[in-house]
Amino acid sequence: MIDWQPLLLTFKLAAVTTTILLCIGVPFAWWLANTRTRIKPVIEALVSMPLVLPPSVLGFYLLLAFSPEYWFGAWLDRQAGIRLAFSFEGLVVASVIFSFPFLVHPVQAAFQNLPRSLTDAARVLGKSNWQTFLRVLIPNIKPALLSGTVLAFAHTVGEFGVVLMIGGNLPNQTRVASIAIYDEVEALNYGAANFYAGVLFVLSFLILLVVYMVNRGVQK
Amino acid sequence: MIHASISKHLHGANGDFQLEASLNIAEGEFVALFGASGVGKTTLLRCIAGLEQPEQGSIVVRGETWLDSAARLNLPPQQRRVGYMFQDYALFPNMTVRGNLEFALRKGTDQKRINELLELMALGELQHRKPDSLSGGQKQRVALARALASEPRLLLLDEPFSALDAEMRSRLHDEILRLQKHFGITTVIVSHDVSEVCKLTSRVMMMEAGRIVQQGRPVEVFSAGQTSGKFRFTGEILAIESMDVMFSLTVLVGNQIVRVVAMPDEAAKLHVGERVMLVSKAFNPMVLKLEQ
Repeated sequence: MIDWQPLLLTFKLAAVTTTILLCIGVPFAWWLANTRTRIKPVIEALVSMPLVLPPSVLGFYLLLAFSPEYWFGAWLDRQAGIRLAFSFEGLVVASVIFSFPFLVHPVQAAFQNLPRSLTDAARVLGKSNWQTFLRVLIPNIKPALLSGTVLAFAHTVGEFGVVLMIGGNLPNQTRVASIAIYDEVEALNYGAANFYAGVLFVLSFLILLVVYMVNRGVQK
Repeated sequence: MIHASISKHLHGANGDFQLEASLNIAEGEFVALFGASGVGKTTLLRCIAGLEQPEQGSIVVRGETWLDSAARLNLPPQQRRVGYMFQDYALFPNMTVRGNLEFALRKGTDQKRINELLELMALGELQHRKPDSLSGGQKQRVALARALASEPRLLLLDEPFSALDAEMRSRLHDEILRLQKHFGITTVIVSHDVSEVCKLTSRVMMMEAGRIVQQGRPVEVFSAGQTSGKFRFTGEILAIESMDVMFSLTVLVGNQIVRVVAMPDEAAKLHVGERVMLVSKAFNPMVLKLEQ
């Protein structure tokens, strides 16, 4: 009997993470594209860290941060009664941090490539910054927005190291598909491992295929 | 009546300089800011539109204060009601021609204005096209229509014709003159094209290194101190060829290639690529009208 839970949990995690990323990542990318602050290189380096760091490094520090033994985890536990270590919520927070550059990079580049005169034109025509953002900027970066969203989603699906470090292997809580594969292989259940792996393989391929096909259509 | 005086520090290609300009424009007047690139023409225009903030200055339009640095008052561009035409047109690629105009419409304005503008600019056929599928001249007309759609009190044109060929430019000059008269709107154009300034505007302000150094009627300003019966043109030598005892010089004057004869001792001093002045004395030229 196949246990669907790990797959469902994986896609739930990816969906929640991507939604949160869209809400904070797109405005952040816009800010980063326009800011003249001196510490911009520092911020950009921090955003890109998950691209180069081993997931275990990030996972290790997040584990420490989330632990009620240390001040942040203790403060969170005291104030809101939330314990992030070994919980679904903790996985969401970690995934948001870990997939951040995958959304921010393409969207930031797209904002930077838009001519400055588009924003100027909208302002001269009496539109507020918010109207300009929603009706002029966002519609003109659609391809980047799509690839950023999909990359962030796919990357969250494919996460392993961070989840293992801070989530462990709790069924229905933190046992996502990539962990389940590892677990099944260790238990020599190659059939189950093959099932999860196959589903991830096919789905990842399909998602990327759709993105490239859509972007090709947009370019034409 | 529009009064503006602006002071702003600028970083130019040849070092920093101070933009220090003061101008008065009468209601309905069509004036030009003229000068080489990098003297602060566009910055001055952007300051008037509110897209850039001067360190000091004041702008009063029809008795309404847009900027008063002493009182720390600076209206954002949204509240200034200017029509601005950008060098790259800045049409919104995600909207159709009509969509671009509708976006510019102020709240409570009748949709009729859009139809009127589409008709005036002969854009009716193109109204459902996206900007990417338009030619340069068409984009230019859409940009002008959009700038007028918001019922501006002041129209600012930033080198609007620089990317067009001569024929298209001339047609759009006529168009813009017609519209300016139709709406009676006060207009400032940034240009470095002498013929354009003479044709369109009633007053030119010459700028050099951030200052207005001279102003007046274009024909007078441009010909000041150099009107004479002589013909003189500056050009660049493209080729020097020997013909028996004389030399033939091929010179590029504007877009025209002219061939003139030179004596051997004159030719000896000249080289290909040098700039020269061609002067012709004591000839009265024939004047032939060109077919339009």
